[in-house]
Amino acid sequence: MYDIIIVGAGPAGLSAAIYGQRAGKKTLVLEGKQYGGQIVMTPEIENYPGIPKTSGVEFATNLYQQALNLGAEILMEEVLEVLNEPVKSQALGIEKESGGNLTTAECRPSRKLVKTSGHIYEGKAVIIAAGATRRKLGLENEERLTGAGVSYCATCDGMFFRGKDVAVNGGGNTALEDALFLSNYCSRVYVIHRRAEFRGERRLQDALEERENVVFLLDSEITAIHGETRLESLTVRNKKTGEEQILEVSGLFVAIGQQPDSEQFRSVVSVDEQGYIIAEEDCRTSAEGIFTAGDCRTKKVRQLTTAAADGTVAALSACEYIG
Amino acid sequence: MAAVHVTSETFEREVLQAEVPVVIDFWAAWCGPCQMMAPLIDGLSDEVSSAKFVKINVDEEQEIAAEYGIMSIPTLVVIRDGKEVKRSVGLVSKQDVLSLLD
Repeated sequence: MYDIIIVGAGPAGLSAAIYGQRAGKKTLVLEGKQYGGQIVMTPEIENYPGIPKTSGVEFATNLYQQALNLGAEILMEEVLEVLNEPVKSQALGIEKESGGNLTTAECRPSRKLVKTSGHIYEGKAVIIAAGATRRKLGLENEERLTGAGVSYCATCDGMFFRGKDVAVNGGGNTALEDALFLSNYCSRVYVIHRRAEFRGERRLQDALEERENVVFLLDSEITAIHGETRLESLTVRNKKTGEEQILEVSGLFVAIGQQPDSEQFRSVVSVDEQGYIIAEEDCRTSAEGIFTAGDCRTKKVRQLTTAAADGTVAALSACEYIG
Repeated sequence: MAAVHVTSETFEREVLQAEVPVVIDFWAAWCGPCQMMAPLIDGLSDEVSSAKFVKINVDEEQEIAAEYGIMSIPTLVVIRDGKEVKRSVGLVSKQDVLSLLD
């Protein structure tokens, strides 16, 4: 039996593991793919306080090693379900004997089970830090051409488009960073965004404006993706004028935000209309003893810093719950 | 043993003429998720004896990458008796890789 079971070995999950272990709690982290989460796709991190410059992989690896060195157990197993199983109220019997106050965990009406394809683990508290994945456009041909021109990772695939024309769809930091990265290799980069202004950092916008091979298509949306065996062109519509144009590009990098990886937890915790797990800054979900941290939580700002903050708070809340 | 690095010189022998199915991990140094997959592939190479795991650097072996139409990495391609039978694009789990060999 573990004290704290953490679902997801991204920045939030690993931060929670660090705090959990340092508080003397036996912590298990379960990860379906590889540690690090989304940040491994970022080649350059320059806005993490205290770390002037690092790469996503380097950051994730340091965090992973740190958690391991503190004694956290980290297993690569995908979590299929979290169960809050009611137990018989024998806890009441303890109260009568000792006469003292019980911690919330001792009075707990349920035990927490975390199911993977091969095992069931039991913990006193669970922290869901399952993160999110890049949202898709949902257009025809998008899935078929993924890996053949349509990509969700500029740093992974950008090099294949050296000297070619590509498009980036999105208006936040990820889209702007992707565009900047691609402008180093591609002959032209179209940045397509549905609003009149980008949401991303001013610094990134300024840097892009200085690049001669970057073209902004604001107030615009992609209405169709074309290509036989590989991406050939996009239909782009200006929302204000209604004008449509065909953009001939070899690559499309979709950076329009994310959706939470919370599908398998919706039966045990409350989520909002978009699927984010409902919790405030204290990281407490609708289920007692189950906490949530990082990008999968309802919040306004999703960054490494806030993921680390959530991991900390969720771990300390879990420790308090366990007693 | 850890996954073997294959080049255009050793490709025919190591991959096309292999007696067991071969999983090719196409990767590059500048690709974060590829770096994360490396220990997973090496681990499987140690564990699984019924298949062979090899790695091909797309920067160094551009011809092989082009031959297999690699436009995204990481991409895993499964070769059986010299022919491609399955492929998967993107960062995947250990279970996903094992399913490719089913």
